[in-house]
Amino acid sequence: MTIRINVNGAEHVVDAEPDTPLLYVLRGDLRLNGAKYGCGLGQCGACTVQLDGKAIFSCVTPLAAVGTRKVRTIEGLGSVDRMNALQSAFAAEQAAQCGYCSAGMIMRAQALLDAIPQPDEAQIRRHMQTNLCRCGTHMRILRAVLRAAGLPVDGHSA
Amino acid sequence: MSGQKIPFPGRRARMSARLFRGYHPHTARYGAVLILAMALFALALSWRPAIAPIPVPSPSSFPAEQVARGAVLAKLGDCAVCHTAEGGRPLAGARALATPFGTLYSDNLTPDPDTGIGHWSAAAFRRAMKDGISRSGAHLYPALPYEHFTHVTDADLDAIYAFLMTRRPVHQEAPANKLIPPLGFRPLLAGWKMFFLHKGAVPVDPGRSTEWNRGAYLVEGLGHCGGCHTPRNLAGGEEGARAYHGGVAEGWHAPALDASNPAARAWTPDALYTYLRTGISPDHGAAAGPMGPVVESLASVPESDVRAIATYIASRMAGRDIGSPAPAPLDNEVAAAKRFPEGATLFAGACAGCHGPGAPMMGQGRPSLGLVSNLRDDDPTSAIQAILQGIEPPIGGRGPKMPGFADSLTDGQVAAVIAYARARYTDRPDWSKLEQTVRKARKERAQP
Repeated sequence: MTIRINVNGAEHVVDAEPDTPLLYVLRGDLRLNGAKYGCGLGQCGACTVQLDGKAIFSCVTPLAAVGTRKVRTIEGLGSVDRMNALQSAFAAEQAAQCGYCSAGMIMRAQALLDAIPQPDEAQIRRHMQTNLCRCGTHMRILRAVLRAAGLPVDGHSA
Repeated sequence: MSGQKIPFPGRRARMSARLFRGYHPHTARYGAVLILAMALFALALSWRPAIAPIPVPSPSSFPAEQVARGAVLAKLGDCAVCHTAEGGRPLAGARALATPFGTLYSDNLTPDPDTGIGHWSAAAFRRAMKDGISRSGAHLYPALPYEHFTHVTDADLDAIYAFLMTRRPVHQEAPANKLIPPLGFRPLLAGWKMFFLHKGAVPVDPGRSTEWNRGAYLVEGLGHCGGCHTPRNLAGGEEGARAYHGGVAEGWHAPALDASNPAARAWTPDALYTYLRTGISPDHGAAAGPMGPVVESLASVPESDVRAIATYIASRMAGRDIGSPAPAPLDNEVAAAKRFPEGATLFAGACAGCHGPGAPMMGQGRPSLGLVSNLRDDDPTSAIQAILQGIEPPIGGRGPKMPGFADSLTDGQVAAVIAYARARYTDRPDWSKLEQTVRKARKERAQP
């Protein structure tokens, strides 16, 4: 069946079953390949996108649940040439190794910064807990979020 | 009589005047004196002396064996759960505890002389635990479950004291409580205690095993299981006549631990032991919400104590037919989808990846939703909270983990999916007013 969906400010009509995970629609139908398939069970966070500004796991969010709410993916933040502040901070802090978790990490962190522009470290740690990085770049990710918030980034490296 | 004799200005004066209208002019004055006298008398009755401060004891003055025993007992009492702020130092207090009467902040239990219990003697600690009186003589709020701790033996209390006094002191003041007036006035608690604080040891039942009696001692005393699993009245006291009939815990529903327990398969002592020790029973479901920290504590205490607790709780649930063969879990997939098509679609996209037949998780010995007690309970609150908040593995990151759906599903969608799951996996009647209950659960989740 055809379903309307708003992604990154644009209306799309997709031909998909209503129980299809949003992630499959984003990647398969709309060719937005930023969000990644990790576990498919809402356990790793690689598929994280935003729904009405809140970070959600798109792999366990059925298309039917989206309705008229607005989806935002990493493609809606900025491009390689025009990165937003958080994307620039991830690059500056080299907060990635293999990069598979990055889109999800950035979309979750952006949801925090949109709600709390200057979070403290404890808030960032708590908020980011649901997203995993198997390369172990967590400390760099933490620094990138602090940097994007304009907060002092201490010198310890990881 | 005229209003000007009453020393309250404005509207209050008029109300007071109305109150005494029709009485002899002196009645008001005598009445006021009488009320004042009664108040002073009640205040005198509620008064408790301070216990003299002691120099902070040296940690080496406590025998290592006693400290080790106290560490286990503190786990059994879950002290650190309420007395540790989120992300804070263990036992240093300042955790916000939301109650129907306002927000309380837990006290600092480390031996810091200024902000903790450094100057408390063992006698002062025993009095706090048994009578709910601070060292200063102030009444403590029953968020500290002294109506249970009052049953603990002096030897056990002294061991807990030894454990606490040998912790590293943390200087941390708890924020001021935010209570509905006039509950900030502590002498009122003396009245509460007259009704709800019943001192004395847990009676030993010679007709039961040693294990059962040990379980009774732990559950009724330190474990304070009734604190959540027994319903409370309007004054916040446990309803003794309905002990273990199910209660409220931090926005979740604590299931009944009496014969009305809703489990599809009766709880046996073995099943309860497995659940309490590991956080999951393959025949009943996973520990979620406030039960997680309880399991975390019980994972590290002696096995015999957890078995004793399991034996006692299982006996409280007796009255169910434990001997019947375990029924196969229900799955009315087609009928449920016909009645709740929206819920069926949402379930397929959000839940079936783990809970559907043949899903990888089902191959790991996780219970079918047809066995999960929360779906069978008369109260949908805990099933709703599990969907909104998810489930965290209670013990060191091991065990069941479920993502929360609070930000991906609307109230109506949570209600739809849960109505479907109930119809598909149980033979229980539909829950009513689901969407309102979801809205309420979401609000309670947002509280401190």
